[in-house]
Amino acid sequence: MNSISAVSTDDALTTPRPLLEVRGISCNYDLERAVFDLSLTVHRGEQVCLLGPSGCGKTTVLRAIAGFHPVLTGGIFINDQQVSAPGAMVPPEARRVGMVFQDHALFPHLSVRQNVASGLRSLSAGEQKTAVDDMLDRMDISRHAEKYPHELSGGQQQRVALARALAPKPLLLLMDEPFSNLDQELREHMGQEVSDMLKENDITCVMVTHDQNDAFALGDHVGVMADGAIVQWDTPYNLYHQPRTHFVADFIGNGIFLPGTVLGSARVATALGELESDEALDRAVESPIEVLLRPDDVVHDPDGPIRATVRRRAFKGAEIMYTLRTTEGITLLALFPSHANYEIGDEVSVRLAVDHLVVFDADPEA
Amino acid sequence: MLAALAVMPVAAVLMFAFGDSGDIWAHLVKTSLFGYVKTTLWLMLGVGVSVFVTGVSTAWLVTMCRFPGRKVFEWLLLLPLAMPAYVIAYAYTDFLEFAGPVQGLLRTIFGWQNARDYFFPEIRSLGGAIMMMGLVLYPYVYLLARSAFLEQSVNVLEASRTLGRGPWRTFSSVSLPAARPAIAIGVSLALMETLNDYGTVDFFAVYTMTAGLVDVWLGMGSLAGGAQIATTMLVFVVLLIMLERMSRRHQKLYQQAGSRYKPLPGYRLRGAKAAAAVTACALPVLAGFVIPVAVLGRLTLVYFDRAWTPEFQVYVFNSVALSATAAVIALAIALFVAYSRRLHGGKILALGTRVATLGYAVPGAVLAVGILVPFAAFDNAVDAFLRQYLGISSGLLLSGTVGAVLFAYVVRFLAIAMGQVESSLEKVSPSMDMAARTLGYRAGQTLVRYHLPLIRGGMLTAAMIVFVDCMKELPATLLLRPFNFDTLATHVYQFASDEMLGEASLGSLTIVGVGLIPVVLLSRMISRTRQTLGESAVQT
Repeated sequence: MNSISAVSTDDALTTPRPLLEVRGISCNYDLERAVFDLSLTVHRGEQVCLLGPSGCGKTTVLRAIAGFHPVLTGGIFINDQQVSAPGAMVPPEARRVGMVFQDHALFPHLSVRQNVASGLRSLSAGEQKTAVDDMLDRMDISRHAEKYPHELSGGQQQRVALARALAPKPLLLLMDEPFSNLDQELREHMGQEVSDMLKENDITCVMVTHDQNDAFALGDHVGVMADGAIVQWDTPYNLYHQPRTHFVADFIGNGIFLPGTVLGSARVATALGELESDEALDRAVESPIEVLLRPDDVVHDPDGPIRATVRRRAFKGAEIMYTLRTTEGITLLALFPSHANYEIGDEVSVRLAVDHLVVFDADPEA
Repeated sequence: MLAALAVMPVAAVLMFAFGDSGDIWAHLVKTSLFGYVKTTLWLMLGVGVSVFVTGVSTAWLVTMCRFPGRKVFEWLLLLPLAMPAYVIAYAYTDFLEFAGPVQGLLRTIFGWQNARDYFFPEIRSLGGAIMMMGLVLYPYVYLLARSAFLEQSVNVLEASRTLGRGPWRTFSSVSLPAARPAIAIGVSLALMETLNDYGTVDFFAVYTMTAGLVDVWLGMGSLAGGAQIATTMLVFVVLLIMLERMSRRHQKLYQQAGSRYKPLPGYRLRGAKAAAAVTACALPVLAGFVIPVAVLGRLTLVYFDRAWTPEFQVYVFNSVALSATAAVIALAIALFVAYSRRLHGGKILALGTRVATLGYAVPGAVLAVGILVPFAAFDNAVDAFLRQYLGISSGLLLSGTVGAVLFAYVVRFLAIAMGQVESSLEKVSPSMDMAARTLGYRAGQTLVRYHLPLIRGGMLTAAMIVFVDCMKELPATLLLRPFNFDTLATHVYQFASDEMLGEASLGSLTIVGVGLIPVVLLSRMISRTRQTLGESAVQT
């Protein structure tokens, strides 16, 4: 028996077991299939994000992890213990997960202190007080301890919600659109702050959101979801620069799809000229494709080969986003530094600066 | 399970009526059933028109116009809701009878000697019943129409005015159509009450189906015949429920929640117009509440010694105990069902709740038949079983007990408790549940620690309303109560049928007094919406 435990410890040291493992789960929502054979793995101290449009099933996955939603296939493991299986679930209160909600869900009839203490009833009164004080301090809300939720601002409520969820020292923190009730400025600020706090305290976290900025601010890895499945699990950088499907490319960031044909292993022909990639495209010559052009791939260049008219402009401070229409009749999005100031109807010259081509099969319907 | 129990009375009525009907069915059709149906239709038509006109006009006046006393009228107009139809009927009978103050005054003025000298309309008639019920049931329409008018967007109304419609055309072409679903709900609720009424029609000798049912059952001793009339009534019930449900669906379309409220600007009325508005609002209040209360008050003073008896105190105790028990049971069931729906939220459960709450539409007399039939069958079976094997008679276990009355109350008023509990639970965000659960509380603990404190107010309101409705309930109590067991309502009814209105007045007044509780609650809710409206007006 000794030897067995020694082996398993050894094993754990060499290949750390994931804290959360979701293995091929499917869930129904209102009698309709909402999640299909979905798997994901989160390691201790990692923060991941499920990102997708509303109705993609991301919240159902979160609820399944928390133990509010049954799984029809597959299983969920927290800390190597199976907590969900078809027909069986460990109830949420026994999973040691903390949860933060879009509407914060603070108990309105309890003070901030009582709210934060909600999950600590197994502790003695003294331990409770120490734990709550420590948590309030860490969240920088000590001075609001005796206030009631309705007396707090959105950002303060957010902190209380986090403090309440983290006070019982959960194995895993789940967050459901935690920032979407905050205004834009506060949202970015809180996103950064929460991210730092989670990192500092080595807290494992799964967040779902429909906002890519939130996802990028917080997620070491982001899973883009569509129709109940993860279509790409990657770092934020790769999601933007190497989207694997048309959907991901479209959902994340701006851009247009330029039709073309494959000429060689890394060359394509488009209406705006030939483009060359730094990597083989892995597609047959002559096959119809689409090339993803991000706004930063279109560079302002008075000597550039492509002539276009300004159709729309959106001033963004340091930069201006232009919608251009080329003489070939193709619409482009282009991000120019702010001093390249054009009015609608002006003629501009641009060139394409793409070294890595992101290519998709042409939409057969287009 | 609960749904099945709640449906049992209706199912029993149907089975019984189509089962061993025998000759009574044919006999009924030949003789009186047609008459009952005709009278009921006339009564419903009359009450329908009456509550529509009174309810909509007063609601429009207090929401869209500005005139002296408008704010007071806003809640005064609710007062007749406290008055059961049979009580107002007793009051007016005393008020308008030959020896009553009105005819007496007329005789003194005009020097008439006796009834042959002049014509005076007979209050104890179909027309009288329509008037009485119209007077106490219009608040249903008023309440719903009022909130529908309030929720109409000011912008839509202003758009209509800028498009060249005057106030009247704006009302008829914009406000009224948009409020139509709400008004239809109000009317259908009022008609359900009309169908339910027994006290008034019995006293006025208006032979509606309810009166016929009780007559056939108690008078002719034919429960089967009663069940058949009950079946016919169920057709009406189904139609009314359909009307109500359809309207509710439309209401969702028309009254888009979440749109920002702006206080309605209102048409300022002056002079003769203002006086007319005040009169229009004062009349229903006077006729539906002030006059009957005054009449009852006078009678109570005169007959107090004869009415305030030890028996009377027993009746009060019976009423309070029964109603309180029913309220607690209804609330417990409502909470249990609403919370399990919240936890599991299946479609079957949703259907079950909807079926279980249909009782409010089933007239008390029909419910009584439906409860008595299976209860009696059960008693007989147990009795037969015990006699056969043990040689003892169990007698009546369920039928003719307080339990049967309680069961009827709970079935009939479960919808009210359910609606209140569900709507207050709905206001508690589901993430609150999840928060509590992830913090280590089981479902039951979550309910006790976090939900109950939050929905306490709604629960209390629900309990109050069920309590008061049970106090007022007459037909089911009358038909199901144990022998020699009286509540306030049946006591009042019995004295009134014996033409002892004086002795009945104290009881009547007590019922009205208790009935004021939910009215006060409602008017407080109304003033609260006004406050929030005011606040949002300040913010915008």
